[in-house]
Amino acid sequence: MVADSALTVVLVYPELLGTYGDRGNAVALRRRADARGLDCHLVEAAVRDPLPRTGDVYLVGGGEDAAMLLAWEGLRSGHRLQDAVDAGAACFGVCAGFQLLSREFTGPDGEPHEGLGLLDVRCGRLDGPRAVGEVLADSDHGFLTGFENHQGDAHLGAGTAPLGRLVRGVGNGDGRTEGAVQGRVLASYLHGPVLVRNDGLADRLLELVTGPLAPFRDPAVLRLRQERRAAALSRPGARHPHLRRRSSHRP
Amino acid sequence: MTSLLPQHRRDAAAADGVAADLAGRPRPPAVGRSRRVATATRLGHLAEVSSRLSGLGAGGVIGGRVLLALAPGAVPELARGRSLALVSGTNGKTTTTALLAAALRTQAPVDTNADGANTQAGMVRALAAGDAATVVLETDEGWLPWAVRQTRASTTVLLNLSRDQLHRHHEVAHVARAWRDALDGAEHVVANADDPAVVLACLGARNRTWVAAGTRWREDARVCPRCGHEIVSDDGGWRCRCGLCRPRPQWWTEGDDLVGPATRLTLGLGLPGAANRANAAMAVAAAAGLGVSPEGALGAMRTVRGVAGRYEVFATRTHSARLTLAKNPASWLEALDMVGARSRPLVLAFNSDGVDGRDPSWLYDVPFDGLAGRPVVVTGRRATDMLVRLEMAGLHDVRRAGDVAAALSLLPAGEVDVVANYTAFQEARRALGHRCHGR
Ligand SMILES: [Zn+2]
Repeated sequence: MVADSALTVVLVYPELLGTYGDRGNAVALRRRADARGLDCHLVEAAVRDPLPRTGDVYLVGGGEDAAMLLAWEGLRSGHRLQDAVDAGAACFGVCAGFQLLSREFTGPDGEPHEGLGLLDVRCGRLDGPRAVGEVLADSDHGFLTGFENHQGDAHLGAGTAPLGRLVRGVGNGDGRTEGAVQGRVLASYLHGPVLVRNDGLADRLLELVTGPLAPFRDPAVLRLRQERRAAALSRPGARHPHLRRRSSHRP
Repeated sequence: MTSLLPQHRRDAAAADGVAADLAGRPRPPAVGRSRRVATATRLGHLAEVSSRLSGLGAGGVIGGRVLLALAPGAVPELARGRSLALVSGTNGKTTTTALLAAALRTQAPVDTNADGANTQAGMVRALAAGDAATVVLETDEGWLPWAVRQTRASTTVLLNLSRDQLHRHHEVAHVARAWRDALDGAEHVVANADDPAVVLACLGARNRTWVAAGTRWREDARVCPRCGHEIVSDDGGWRCRCGLCRPRPQWWTEGDDLVGPATRLTLGLGLPGAANRANAAMAVAAAAGLGVSPEGALGAMRTVRGVAGRYEVFATRTHSARLTLAKNPASWLEALDMVGARSRPLVLAFNSDGVDGRDPSWLYDVPFDGLAGRPVVVTGRRATDMLVRLEMAGLHDVRRAGDVAAALSLLPAGEVDVVANYTAFQEARRALGHRCHGR
């Protein structure tokens, strides 16, 4: 389908999982690949077609309730995303995509659903108000900035590390962590789109497939990062109001 | 207007000490209104005038709030015996309200909330401000159920329903269900057959007029609002396995023609773009239901050239700037479609204050690629987000300016399109208006 030298980014079910401008994550990867002289193809995989197995990076975005369940049905049948990751592909999930990649998630119907199991994570529901606002976290790839809008939390198992250490916002809902990393699978509650706003994270995803890349500075993105970081820091509370109550109930 | 008022009304108004508002418009207390509502109306108007005189607040909304506080049950009384049309939807409601009001004025005087105050207080204020037998109310999507129940409007015009402020987008499905409940048994809805959420909302209405008004924004129309399954498109239509499908429209547009029952007319609007042709189709269909001939309705609608500053052309010393409002993903698509037909230099003004929504992620669902090759300047408090978005779309020579006036100064003299989201639009309108008048 695609020449060996090219990089293929697969946008998984954009018609269902595109609520938060998730196409932007694919565009950001392509821009940063182009800047290094890498030929990068974007493939949009529709829910009615079999998911391509030959992708290098799979992006699983955010979706509204009904759309998320449709996507879940599509991804469960065929095991193709798991096969692609086993074969060496990287995968990045955002919001609903994060939950779909996990071992188990509480669906919009309030019922527990078996996830794809690519992350040793159980995603439940925040028992307070919806988490909405600018988020700031520290990470190994520079600070992470994004906008969160979710009712889900994330309980990380032993096999998974957090993507970032929370500075502002709710993230995984434990007051400390944001997102998850397990091998070549990364996930986050942040949009913005998050790979546009976080050049270091975008490069990390690419490098999982390409190996080390030359530095590339994008001044407009760097300015955006500083602006959004300042916006997150101006949020009144670093943590979610219901956090104290949650901590005492944590399983 | 004063001369149109019967003598006994003018006398009554004068006797009440509220002869005219600041614009000189008479404010007669309506015949047949209860003392409580009449008093509340007067005090509301007083609050409005003092708010405006003090330079604080929005005037009209305050008047409506005072009225509601003093007479909470005023709306059914203010609506009784009047022919009332509500116009709602995510996009196009201000323009469609203006078009429909123009069409209905060919028959009789019309009261309307032309100021765009479309929540509870704004609608109440418009109802109380006059006593025309016909009322057209622009209605916020969230307030529509309340308005339907309180006013018992004989006509409801539903344009579309899509995400507005992304950080609260999960409310879209909730709003659709609330519409459906409120419109169960409604007398007449004029509705967009192309929007599944709108169609679902209208199924319980007693009479339905379907208009093919299109949906440029499809992201919110891919999953069935009734059952959650995927919506499938089939030659011009759409359907879901649960049976919800596109109704056969009675009105549609073909190029600049409007086609309806035994009718084909050239629209020839004074407003630009496909979105406004669709708005006009909705307004003609609604006016026809209220007894205005399509020809007569269109004749009046053609004279509408700007609505609350939208599409207004501001002439400065150096530039002729046309201002377009693009407040959410769907209306950005419409605006880009509109400016895409021309190749003028472009100013994009982008904020994220209040009603603008705090999460502009959806910028990546709007294709800006078509702007490549023309001079573009960005401004606004989220200008950097827009700049990065354009860069990701392959536009690398976009410039930045502190405000719209500074943006214009970066562009060659002549015609310019200014596209702005809500608060940026209001700022641009003030700034350009000031520059024009300051000449
Ligand atoms: Zn259905």
